[in-house]
Amino acid sequence: MVTSILPLRLDRAFVKRRGKMLAGPVDLDLTGDGVTILMGPNGAGKTTLLRMMHGIERLSGGTVTWAADEETARAAQSFVFQTPVIMRRSVLENLMYPLRLTGVAKAAARKRAEDACAMIGLAGQEGQRATRLSGGEKQKLALARALIRDPQVLFLDEPCANLDGASTREIETLLQAAAGRGTGIIMSTHSIGQAKRLARDMLFMNRGRLIEHSPADVFFTSATTPEARAFLNGDILE
Amino acid sequence: MSDIWEGLRAAAWLLISFDADLWEITLRSLRVTLTALLIACVIAMPLGALLVLRRFWARRFVIALLNSLMGLPPVVVGLIVYLMLSRSGPFGVLNLLFTPTAMVIAQVIIITPLIASITHQALRELWSEYHDLLISLNTSIFQRVRTLLWDGRRTLLTAALAGFGRAIGEVGAIMVVGGNIDNATRVLTTAIALETGKGDFAMALGLGMVLIGLAVTVNLAIHWLTGTERAGRW
Repeated sequence: MVTSILPLRLDRAFVKRRGKMLAGPVDLDLTGDGVTILMGPNGAGKTTLLRMMHGIERLSGGTVTWAADEETARAAQSFVFQTPVIMRRSVLENLMYPLRLTGVAKAAARKRAEDACAMIGLAGQEGQRATRLSGGEKQKLALARALIRDPQVLFLDEPCANLDGASTREIETLLQAAAGRGTGIIMSTHSIGQAKRLARDMLFMNRGRLIEHSPADVFFTSATTPEARAFLNGDILE
Repeated sequence: MSDIWEGLRAAAWLLISFDADLWEITLRSLRVTLTALLIACVIAMPLGALLVLRRFWARRFVIALLNSLMGLPPVVVGLIVYLMLSRSGPFGVLNLLFTPTAMVIAQVIIITPLIASITHQALRELWSEYHDLLISLNTSIFQRVRTLLWDGRRTLLTAALAGFGRAIGEVGAIMVVGGNIDNATRVLTTAIALETGKGDFAMALGLGMVLIGLAVTVNLAIHWLTGTERAGRW
């Protein structure tokens, strides 16, 4: 049995850069399984909060702790960035890369990468230069690469921000399949529709503060803070 | 004017007839330069990558130093290597002065800063692209260096070619440490200097043509081998 890295606990964690509070202080307990959606206006600190949880943003104070030691925790999570980072390699080599880093043998890594390639509908394009893929294909590739190590927790930062309906649906299908396999997903989005389709839990941020954390059905019917209610009504938050 | 035509005609003849001296000198030039290039790349490329990845206290200083060393006068490098390798110098016991090895050492010193500096500039851009991903994947510093060098190999080729160009055309340092000894340390550039001094313009021009031809051929060969201009590749 693999040790679970959840729950994730943030204790007064905040990030401050050049005197400006980007996110926090945040207190949060995430038990994790299922899809947790993070919403909030631009500049609310969603990206910063996700990066803090993932451990790639230096904390200015407070703590972020997983239920496992740091090395185990880091190895069991992955992150999909808003603008996918596509390596200057073939599609297949992009998918093999995380596996080869952890010492998976070449043949085994190739096999798993080929499966992942088929999963995202890029079978037959394994040898293609990944930087030449379309925007939607790049995002799917980044998602498949993030899932290839079977992470316990997957972070996504507005993965569908620049995608059309069809690509968005493909990404959502992949996410629901991953969630069904037990991967905890924590993702930010601007689309209320997407949040309603996917979320089990909702987080809502405004001005760097996490102001709501509730089950999705509660959030969408009876959000407690006026900011969240205004946001859901389509008002513009200043 | 007639001197030049005479020279060109004689030079062409030397080339066509595969003149033994010319052939030997050319091969030696290539051997010395390629050896130096290989050693310099092995030192300079990981160094350039580390300068991108590591934020240590002397980083800015090392980069500034490399950039200024790029303009190092070869003849001064030659002088220093000469002093190091001469009988009374610290490495005198190795008996390396006036050997091809001494020439390789001098060339490595001349081109390593150049290659490291170009590598650093090329990989800095790649690192800003890969930064988030490689941090997120929890890569070790060694894995990062390897990834950057591999994925940046196209741009690193430019660095290597710049190093080759500087080394193959270099004369000041290898003249001093090699001594331009016939059948031992005479290479294209030192031979040209010698033949020009002697007034044998045919040989000098022939050697010059070979030198230019060599540089162009190596550049073309590498570009062709790696398919730089082909579409759909890196």
